[in-house]
Amino acid sequence: MSTAAGPGDRPRPGLRILAANRWSILVLPAAVFLAVFFLAPLALMSLRSVTDPAGAGLSNYEKFFAQEAYLRVLTNTFWIAVISTVTCLVVGYPFAYLMTIVPGRVAGLLLIAVLLPFWSSLLVRTFAWQVILRDTGIINRFLIDLGLISEPLTLIRTTVGVILGMSHILLPFMVLPIYAVMRRIDPEFGRAAANLGASPASAFLRVFVPLSLPGVVAGCLLVFVLALGFYITPALLGGLRDQMISQLIVQQIQQRLDWGFGTAMSVLLMAITLVILFIASRAVRLRDVFGSAVED
Amino acid sequence: MTATSLVPAASRSAGARPALVLRGLRKSFGDAMAVDGVDLEVRHGEFVTLLGPSGSGKTTTLRMVAGFMAPSGGSIEIDGSDMTRVPPYRRDVGMVFQNYALFPHMTAAQNIAFPLQMRRTARPEITRRVADALALVKLEAFGDRYPRQLSGGQQQRIALARAVVFEPQLLLMDEPLGALDRKLREALQLEILHVSRQLGATVLYVTHDQEEALVMSDRIAIFSAGRIEQLGSGEDLYDRPASLFVADFIGESNILRGRYERDDAGDSCLVRGAWRWRVSHGAAERAGLENGAHAALVVRPERIRILGAAEEVPAGANAVEATVVDALYLGSDRKYGLTLPDGQRAAVREQRDDEERQWQSGDAVRLTWSVDDGVLVADPAG
Amino acid sequence: MTESWRQPRRLLMAALGALTVFYLLAPTLVIVPMSFTEARILSFPPEGFSLQWYERMFTDRQWSSGMVNSAQVAVLTAILATVLGTLAALGLTRGRFPGRSLVNAVALTPLIVPVVIIAIGMFSLFVQWRISGSLLGLVLAHTALALPFVIVNVGTSLRTMDRNLELAAANLGADPRRAFMRITLPIILPGVLAGAIFSFITSWDEVVVAIFLTSARFRTLPVEMWEQVRQVVDPTVAAVSTTLLVVTTVLLLLLLVVRRQAPVR
Repeated sequence: MSTAAGPGDRPRPGLRILAANRWSILVLPAAVFLAVFFLAPLALMSLRSVTDPAGAGLSNYEKFFAQEAYLRVLTNTFWIAVISTVTCLVVGYPFAYLMTIVPGRVAGLLLIAVLLPFWSSLLVRTFAWQVILRDTGIINRFLIDLGLISEPLTLIRTTVGVILGMSHILLPFMVLPIYAVMRRIDPEFGRAAANLGASPASAFLRVFVPLSLPGVVAGCLLVFVLALGFYITPALLGGLRDQMISQLIVQQIQQRLDWGFGTAMSVLLMAITLVILFIASRAVRLRDVFGSAVED
Repeated sequence: MTATSLVPAASRSAGARPALVLRGLRKSFGDAMAVDGVDLEVRHGEFVTLLGPSGSGKTTTLRMVAGFMAPSGGSIEIDGSDMTRVPPYRRDVGMVFQNYALFPHMTAAQNIAFPLQMRRTARPEITRRVADALALVKLEAFGDRYPRQLSGGQQQRIALARAVVFEPQLLLMDEPLGALDRKLREALQLEILHVSRQLGATVLYVTHDQEEALVMSDRIAIFSAGRIEQLGSGEDLYDRPASLFVADFIGESNILRGRYERDDAGDSCLVRGAWRWRVSHGAAERAGLENGAHAALVVRPERIRILGAAEEVPAGANAVEATVVDALYLGSDRKYGLTLPDGQRAAVREQRDDEERQWQSGDAVRLTWSVDDGVLVADPAG
Repeated sequence: MTESWRQPRRLLMAALGALTVFYLLAPTLVIVPMSFTEARILSFPPEGFSLQWYERMFTDRQWSSGMVNSAQVAVLTAILATVLGTLAALGLTRGRFPGRSLVNAVALTPLIVPVVIIAIGMFSLFVQWRISGSLLGLVLAHTALALPFVIVNVGTSLRTMDRNLELAAANLGADPRRAFMRITLPIILPGVLAGAIFSFITSWDEVVVAIFLTSARFRTLPVEMWEQVRQVVDPTVAAVSTTLLVVTTVLLLLLLVVRRQAPVR
C-alpha cells in the first residue's frame, strides 16, 4: 500500500484562497444534503424548544426539571442504559473471546450469528420478544408445560423484559468492537507471558484483558449511547414505570401536541449524548467506535 | 515473431540528441529541498542508475521525470521536447513500480493491453503486441492469470512487459526488485538487463543497492542530499571516487584522514601525525585540493598487502603499522580487521590463492599499498 | 496453535458460546415457524401448516401497499445515498480542504443522534415544506440516515486501495477521467455495493422516522407492523416479519459473495 500523492492532490494555485484541491468539490452534494435535510431539522427543532409557545425562553426546560415524574424518567433511562450495557458486556466479552480462539471457519459462522441479528429489523426482533415474554408466550408456556409454575410469570411490561430485549438488540454493538480489537492482539504475547512464568489465567488477566480494553471501551460507549435513545423496544416491552425519555418525547408530541416541551426534551437528550461522546473522545477515537459498527 | 518489433523507432536512429536531459532540476517540500539542482543527460539506449541512500532525492527525481510531481525549478526534456509541465498521461515514458502496481481486476494480458487501449491501437494489433510482450518476458502461457495468481517475480515481469509494450521513449524503474528475495533479485536483474538490451531501451533505474547498480548500469549517478555527487561508470566510481561520500557508499574503503600537502616540486602527500603517505600525481590532479586542506586517502581493502612488522616495504609504496584484531574466513577471500596505532580501524582482503601466511589476532604487522592505488578526496568533516 | 491463554476449559466456553448464539438467533427465528400456523392467533409451536398469512400479506391492501411503498423507498434511498455517499467518500479521502475532519465527523452524526430526535426534527421541518407523508420526504430522510454507511464503506475501500495503481494508469496514458472509470471504480466497487446494500436494508427496516413521516395514505411495511403490533396481533405480522428477515438475509449473503469475489486491493 502506497501513500504516494496522486496527480490531482496538491492544491491548485488558483484555489489557494481555500487551499482546496480538485477532489474537494465532490463532498459538496452530500454536505449540502446533510445540511439541509439533517442539520437544519435538528437546528430548527432546537430553536423551537425555546420559541414554542411564543416567548418560551427556557420555560420548557424548567418545566422538565421541575417535575419529579419527568426526572424519574431521565434517571430510569440512565439506569436501563447502564444495566443493558453491563449485560451486553458480561455476555459479549466471553463471546468475542471465544471468536478469537476457535478455528477460522467456526469464527466465520459465529460472526454471521452476530451480523444477522445486527442487520435484522429492530421491530421484528422486539416483536419476537413480545411473543416470547407475554403471558401466553413461549417462556411461560414452556414453564407451565413442564409443571414448574402454575401461574404465568409476568415478564412482559417489566424492566426485566425491556433489559432482555434491549440487550439482545445491542449485543452485536458490543461484540463487534471488542472482537475487532481482540483479533489484533498478537498471540506471541501469550507465549512470552508463559515463557516468563505466567499461568494461563494470570496471562489472561494481566496481559490479554488489558490489551482488549480499547475494544471494551468502544463497545460500552456505543451500547450506552444507543441505549439512551431507544424507543421501540421499551415501548413494546416495558411497563409504565419503565418509560424511557424517547417515549416521553413522542408522547408529548404525538398525543399532547406540546411541541415546545417535546423538542426541549429532545435537545436535552441530544446534549447528554454529545457530552458523553465528547468526554469519551478524550479516551477513544470515535471514528473507530462507530466505524466498526457500520462496516462489515 | 521476434522482439525487435518492440524497439522504439527513435532509439534505433541514436543520433546526437539525448533521450533525456535534466537541467537544474529542483523540488522543495516546504523548507526542505528534496532535489537540489540535478543535471543529467542520458543517451539513447543507455542504462543509467540513480543510486543513493533513502531520502537522497533519487526517487523524487524519477517521479518528476514520470510526471507524478511538478518540479519547483529546472526543466525536463525527453527526446528534445520540453516535458516539464506535461501531465503524466501525455508523456511517453514507461514506469515499473516497486510493488508492481498491476491492476488486480484485470488479467496479465489485459494489464499489458491497457496502455495500447489508451492510445487507441487497433484490436488485432493489440493482440499481437501483447503476445510479443509476454514472449519477451517468457510468460507466454500466463496471459489469462490474474495478478494474485502470480508469484512476485512473475508479477514484476508482467509489470515490465506492460511498461515496454507501447514502445516508450524512456523506461523508468523505481526499485523494482526491492520486494524480492536475494536469489530472485539477482535472476531478475539479469533478465531486466537482457530485455532492455534486446529492445535498445533507454533506462533510468533507481536503487539503493550498490551491487545492483554496478551489475546493471552503463553509468551510475550517485545521489546525496538532493544532488548528484558523481556520475560515471561503475569502474569510474569504484576506482576513482570523487568524494568521501562516494568512496564510502560504493564498495568498502579504508579512509585515512589527514592534511594534504604539496611541495614546490609538485609532489603531494597526505600527512597524519608522524605519517606521510605519498599521493600520485594523477590522484592529486583529479582531487584538485588546496595545499593544507583537510583530505582523506582512500584505499580499497583488496589493494593492501600485509607484511610482517619488520619486513621491508617495497619501493614506491606507502605503509602504516597496524595490529590484527580479527580474521574472517569468507570462502575465496580472507578479510582482516585491524587497528592502527591511533585507534582507527582498517580492513584488508586477501585472496587465499595469494596469501603467503595467515595472520592471527594480536599480530603486529605492516600494511602496504602502491601509491597509485590511493585516491585523494576532500574531507568535509575535517 | 496453543498459547497459554487459549487453554480455558473448552467445554465451558463452548457451552457459553452456544448459549449466546441461541440468545442471538433464537428470538428472531422463533417468528418464522409461527408465520405458517393455521390457527388465527400467534402460537408456538404453530398448529398445522398454512400459507394463508402470506396470502393475506399480498391480498390485504394495507399490507401489500405497505410492501410496495417500502420497496420503492428503499430502492430510491439506496440509489441516492450511494451516489451522494460515494462522491463524498472520494472527496473526503482524496480531498484536502480546511474543515475536512469536521465534515468527516458530521457525516457520521446520523448514527449518533438518537433516531427519535431525528424523526421529530425532520417531521417538524418536512411538514412545513409539505413533503411529510410522501415518498419524497421519506426517501430524503432515509438517505440522510444511510449516508454514513456508504461513506464509511466506500471510504475504507478507497483508503486501502493501492494509490500506485492510479499513478500507473496515468503513466500508461489514462487521463484522470479514464483512470477513474477503468481503474478506481472497479476496484472500489465492492465497497460501493456494500454501501448500497446497507442503505437498502437501513431503509427497508427503518421504523421510527417512518412513523412520523408516513401518513394514512402512504405507509411502509414496518409502520404497518407497528400499528398492528400494539393492538390485535394476528399471524400476518409474523409473515411480514419473516419476509423482512428473508430480504435482509438474502442481501447480506449477496454481500458476502461479492466480498469474496472482489479482487484484493
